Formats: sequence, C-alpha cells, structure tokens
Amino acid sequence: MSETWIILGATSSMARAFSRQVAGEGARVLLAGRDIDDLKRAATDLSVRGAKSAEAVAFDARNPESFGAVISLAEKGEGMINAAVFVGSMPPQEDIDADPSLIDGTVIDSFTGPARFLQALAPIMEARGGGTVVGIASVAGDRGRIGNYVYGAAKAGFATYLSGLRNRLTSAGGHVVTVKPGFVDTAMTWGLPGMFLVASPDAVAASIMKAMKKQKNVIYTPFFWRYIMLIIRHIPEFIFKKMSI
Amino acid sequence: MRWNETEYAGWGRVQTAHGEIARPERVSSLEAILSEGSVPAMGKRRSYNDACLNSGGRAIDMTRLDRIISFDADKGVLEAEAGITIGSLARIFAPLGWLPKIMPGTGFATLGGAIAQDVHGKNHQVSGSFGQHVLSVTLLTSGKRVIATPSRNKALFKATMGGVGQTGVILSAKIQMKPCPGEMVMVTERRAEGWDEFLSMLDTSTATYSVGWIDTTARGDALGRGTLEEGELAAGNVLKHKGTLSVPINAPGFALSAPVVRAFNSAYYHKVPVKGRTSVKPLDEFFFPLDKIRNWNRLYGKRGFYQFQTVVPTAQAPALREMLKQIAGSSLFSPLAVLKRMGPGRAGHLSFPMEGYSLAVDIPNRRGAQALVSELERATVAAGGRIYLAKDALASGDAVKAMYPEQGEWAEIVNKADPEHALETDMTRRLNLRSTT
Ligand SMILES: Cc1cc2nc3c(=O)[nH]c(=O)nc-3n(C[C@H](O)[C@H](O)[C@H](O)COP(=O)(O)OP(=O)(O)OC[C@H]3O[C@@H](n4cnc5c(N)ncnc54)[C@H](O)[C@@H]3O)c2cc1C
Ligand SMILES: NC(=O)c1ccc[n+]([C@@H]2O[C@H](COP(=O)([O-])OP(=O)(O)OC[C@H]3O[C@@H](n4cnc5c(N)ncnc54)[C@H](OP(=O)(O)O)[C@@H]3O)[C@@H](O)[C@H]2O)c1
Repeated sequence: MSETWIILGATSSMARAFSRQVAGEGARVLLAGRDIDDLKRAATDLSVRGAKSAEAVAFDARNPESFGAVISLAEKGEGMINAAVFVGSMPPQEDIDADPSLIDGTVIDSFTGPARFLQALAPIMEARGGGTVVGIASVAGDRGRIGNYVYGAAKAGFATYLSGLRNRLTSAGGHVVTVKPGFVDTAMTWGLPGMFLVASPDAVAASIMKAMKKQKNVIYTPFFWRYIMLIIRHIPEFIFKKMSI
Repeated sequence: MRWNETEYAGWGRVQTAHGEIARPERVSSLEAILSEGSVPAMGKRRSYNDACLNSGGRAIDMTRLDRIISFDADKGVLEAEAGITIGSLARIFAPLGWLPKIMPGTGFATLGGAIAQDVHGKNHQVSGSFGQHVLSVTLLTSGKRVIATPSRNKALFKATMGGVGQTGVILSAKIQMKPCPGEMVMVTERRAEGWDEFLSMLDTSTATYSVGWIDTTARGDALGRGTLEEGELAAGNVLKHKGTLSVPINAPGFALSAPVVRAFNSAYYHKVPVKGRTSVKPLDEFFFPLDKIRNWNRLYGKRGFYQFQTVVPTAQAPALREMLKQIAGSSLFSPLAVLKRMGPGRAGHLSFPMEGYSLAVDIPNRRGAQALVSELERATVAAGGRIYLAKDALASGDAVKAMYPEQGEWAEIVNKADPEHALETDMTRRLNLRSTT
C-alpha cells in the first residue's frame, strides 16, 4: 500500500530533493505551496521519477483557511499520511530592525503556520495509526545570534513544538524527525556573505531519508553541525553576549 | 533574485572570471531576470575553457532548472528543463528502457550545455551528434519565448545547435531517446600495439560505442599504442550505485609529472591482457569513467590544465600521428588521452565533428604548454581539421574562422537574435566569433 507525503513549502530546492527521494520509492506526493505554476511543473517531474501520483495544491502558511483543502486531499489516499515541512522565511535581520512588524510574518512562516497545520493533521495521523512528520528547523534555533535572532527564535519555537508533537504521536505509532541543517545551498542562502561548509540539497535529502529509516529523533545535517552547535551552545552567556558570530 | 558576486572557472581552471551569477530555481525567476535584458547562460561548467565565462558581467547558472516536463514512454520522447544533467537522464530512464542517444564523456554536462556545444559521444560514427536528436528547443531570447525546431524557425534552430549559447537562453528542450535493454554495458577491451594497428582497429570496429585510450608517453615503435574499448548496451540492473571519491585539494605539481604519468600509463596499458578481455559494467562506469572522482581537475594543481581536442579528415591521419609525436616528445603529457573515430554527423554551423579521427589530450599548464597547443592548432588548420570550442582556450579568431567556414552565416543569425551582443562570453570575445567579416 502506498503512502501519501504532504510536502509543505514544496518549491524549496531542499523540498524538491526530498520529494524526489520519496517519489523514487513510489509514494503519492502532494506538493503544497504558493506558486502553483511551479508546483505543477514539479508534480510532472515527480510522476516521471516514480511517484504513484503527484499533485500541486495551494497552501499559504499565513492563511489557515488554505489548510483544510490540503488535508482533505491527503485523506483521499489510503495508507499512512506523512508530512514534511520545508516552509520558512528569513528576512535580513536589518530589515526586521527597520520594520519590526516583519517579525510576525517570519514567525508564522517558520513556526506557527506549519504548527497549526500539523495540529490539524495530527488526529488524522493518529486515527490511521501513525505516519511520519519531518520538520525542518535550523541550527539558527540553537542559540540566538545578532545576525538572525528573530528567524532563530521562530525555528527554536518550531523545534520545541516538534519535540512535543513527537511525544504525542509516538504513542499512536507515529514518528517525528527534527532536522537541523547548517548552511544549505538553496535560494535562501545564494549570494549571502559568510557561507561555509555549505551542503547540497541532495545531501540533506539523503540524510533525512536515512534518519527516517533509522527512526532518529533529531538530526543535524551535515552531521558535524552537531559538534559545532555543541560548542556554540556551551559558550557561557557572559562571553557569548560580547561575540559577533 | 540575488546575484552572487564570485570568482569562477571553466573545467581546466586556467581561465577564470569574476562576475555576478544568478541561479534561478523556477522558470518565473529566470523570466524575471531576462525581462531586464539578456544574460548568457551556463550549465555545469564542464567546458574546459572560457565558453561558460563572462568576466565583469553577469551569467545565469541553469543547474537548478532541472525538471522533466513530459515523457512519452511509447516513443521515448522527453522534454526537460535545460539544467538537468545527461547523467541523471541516464539514471532515471535506463530502468524505464530509454537512454539519451548521445552522451558525452561526463554525465555532469547539462541538457543545455550538450545542445550549445552539440556534443558527441562514443557512438558518433554511428549516431551523429547530440543536436541531431533534438526535436525542439524553447529559447528565451531578447525577452521573448521562442520555440525552434528543425522545421520551424529553422535558421535559429540550426544556429542554436553548437551555438555556444549565443541565440538565447535555452529554457528547455525535447529530445528523442533510444531504447535500451537495461543499465549495463558489455565492454570489450583490446590492446593496439602501435599507431597503424590502432587506426585499423578503429576503422574496422563494428561496435555501437567505441573509444580509444592512447598512451601519449609511448615513443618509437610503440608510438600510438593504447587500448580500444568497445561497448554494446546490455540487460541487467545496478543494485546499488557506487559512491564517488573526491579530490579535496589542489594536488602538488609532481602528482602528474612526466615520470609519474609514464609509469601510470604503462601499467594502465598492460592491465588489458594481450588477448583482450570482456566484462559487463554499469552504464555510468562505461560512459562517464571520470565522474567517479569528483573534482579530478584539481589533480593538475592550482595552475590548471588545457585540453586540446582536434579532429582531422580521414586522409589526414598521418598529420595526426605527427601531432601525437610532438606531444610524446614534449613531456607535457597526461594520462588522459582519447582517440576516436568520428562520422560526419553534426547539427549546427559551429559543430565540432567531421568525418575523420579525433584526438583529445590534457596538457598540464606548465612551461611550454601554450607553445605546444599553438603548434598543434597550426597543424590542425594545415590538415583541414578543427579544434573543439568546448575545449580550446588559446586559439585566435582567424584560425577558428578558417576551421569553421559557416561561422559568418552563423554570426548573422545570432546577431539578429541578440542584436545588443548581451549574450557574448569571454570565448566569443576572444575569438571575435560574432563578427560577420
Ligand atoms: C570529463 C569530461 C569529458 C567530456 N567528454 C566529452 C565528450 O565525450 N564529447 C563532447 O562532445 N564533449 C565532452 N566534454 C565537454 C562537455 O560535454 C561540454 O563542454 C558540455 O557543453 C558541458 O556542458 P555544461 O552543462 O557543463 O555546459 P557549460 O560548460 O557550462 O557551457 C557550455 C556552453 O553552453 C552554453 N550553455 C549552457 N547551458 C545553456 C543554456 N541553458 N542555454 C544556453 N546556453 C547554454 C554556455 O553558454 C557555454 O557556451 C567533456 C567534458 C569533461 C569535463
Ligand atoms: N538554506 C539554509 O541554509 C537553511 C538552513 C537551515 C534551515 N533552512 C530551512 O530549510 C527550509 C527550506 O528552505 P530553503 O533553504 O530551501 O529556502 P527557500 O527556497 O526560501 O524555501 C522556503 C520555502 O518556504 C515557502 N514559504 C515561505 N513562506 C511561506 C508561506 N507563507 N506559505 C507557504 N509557503 C511559504 C517558500 O515558498 P514560496 O516559493 O511560495 O516562497 C519556499 O518553498 C526552510 O524552512 C528554511 O528555514 C534552510
């Protein structure tokens, strides 16, 4: 029996790489996002690459009214329903400094929008006896830094939410993988200064697949970010507050 | 769209550029960029030279526009965005029974790059060049979408095949693929003990795919010795694709110095037994042997290398032998040297192939390299042959115009499509390729 994968934020190149992996395993894929033209192109691509079926569906994290249609479309499939969340936005911190109202949108895109969606999906997953949620958090959520602390705070919130959701879904047979990427070579980081050890979207997708198979809870990708963040988290606050990293 | 200001290079790494690059991930972003004016496109920059460089200007990296647009599983007709690589097409479609008709020696070439250089494969003598199997291209040119096929916008279509990106950004293309029985190739390897034997083996080969490796360090009686690989597609599946290795840093100068290459080549030659051998290999090992080692171009150290590829008419084989002699006598050799039989197939005005023999060699960028390449280029012109615009880094415009008699006709079509010369690259400027006189 084939599974359904809902991909939120499916226009992201990280999502594209991941969708190709699940399509290759014959899943039914629902590509949810705002740019329907692009998602339709992606859907055709996935069908040829082995998806049982692939469809584009409108989803806007800032408009909860768009959530229901995605969920009912998913329910039309038989087997397990899984969801992968790639939605997120990272306006430059200086834009936020200039216009603090940008905080709201950043938090909705990266945290509360997807959380509300998953909250509506969870009972259906429970009723079907499990399924997998993959949530893209970020190393930026592990410690607030001057360069992007609003985005970091939203991702920290999302990671905490995922931890609670894992707690909830485990008893129903479900599983939640929290993914904390370092720098990934996508549209979000293209041309930004200060990028190093940048991973390809394909490498990230492969590590997520591996993590799902091994039922990992929280992964850093590439793996060495676990150690980088271990160090960064352990810098005492009285030193950290004077640093600029 | 954010522009990334960066230093970048062709595969040989001798030529570099500094400029701004955009990498759109969806068609609407590409169209938005081009609505403000034309910008040259580049693929995976597997051209060795400056064909994919635009110093001081802007360029579009097409590699994220890599989706399949349609596939007719009965006819084997595929349409895809231009940034998809030939290697991924092989990986996706071989299990479904189809393969691109023409595949260059690297799977990392993109569909757009394969068209823009009208690339050839190990089956050129049988199946012609890449552009001969293109059914249509969708170009973004001067802010408009234009579809060109062999019968519609004919002149533009022909100028696009091997047209080094000068007719517009290739957004997508439709190609005819060929049926294939599986993911394997049956490979036969035989030794050729010297030049004459090698040529006659190439001439008499009836294999669909054939390619010769030539030992450029061999001199005297052994001059021109090497091994001929012949392949036929075969049934069978690859269970697990092997991982790749990577060259993480620039190798020191001695890594590919003359004595090292001499020793390596001798061992490589003797690995094939006197009686020859036959084996079954996965497609990518046969078609893209070098792709197993990522960034192998770093083996040549930070000064990089030139690749020289020439083709001469069949009757001019002795001239090619002289060129080989010159390389063998220079100590500027490398393990990578390929001898191929070519057929007449070509799709565009500036397509490289011609009926004859082609020799491709890597030449490390050491003292004497430029002089050697210039010598070889002179010899090519004298033999009525051609050098390849995906490889050459040193030629002059006059020599190239002499080798490509249709260049003037091409330039007229291209200058109409891009009257502002916004699509020029470092190579077209170096060779003054767009001049009609
Ligand atoms: C190891 C190796 C083996 C090779 N073997 C062969 C071989 O056997 N036969 C052969 O013919 N070649 C061979 N090549 C050369 C290679 O196939 C060509 O250089 C090819 O063009 C590379 O494709 P690319 O996507 O990297 O294009 P690039 O090198 O990035 O670009 C090549 C040209 O295409 C243009 N271009 C690229 N994409 C577009 C687009 N979307 N729209 C418009 N213009 C575009 C660029 O402007 C440039 O002029 C080999 C190269 C390597 C490194
Ligand atoms: N790149 C990195 O280095 C990195 C590192 C750590 C974590 N991440 C996270 O990885 C995820 C994928 O990002 P990416 O790097 O691939 O960048 P991206 O291309 O910008 O992807 C962000 C995705 O979120 C979608 N999105 C944003 N706001 C939305 C909204 N209101 N409603 C619906 N969709 C919305 C975008 O859709 P549209 O196409 O409609 O805009 C896009 O698909 C993000 O969560 C990001 O925070 C990235």
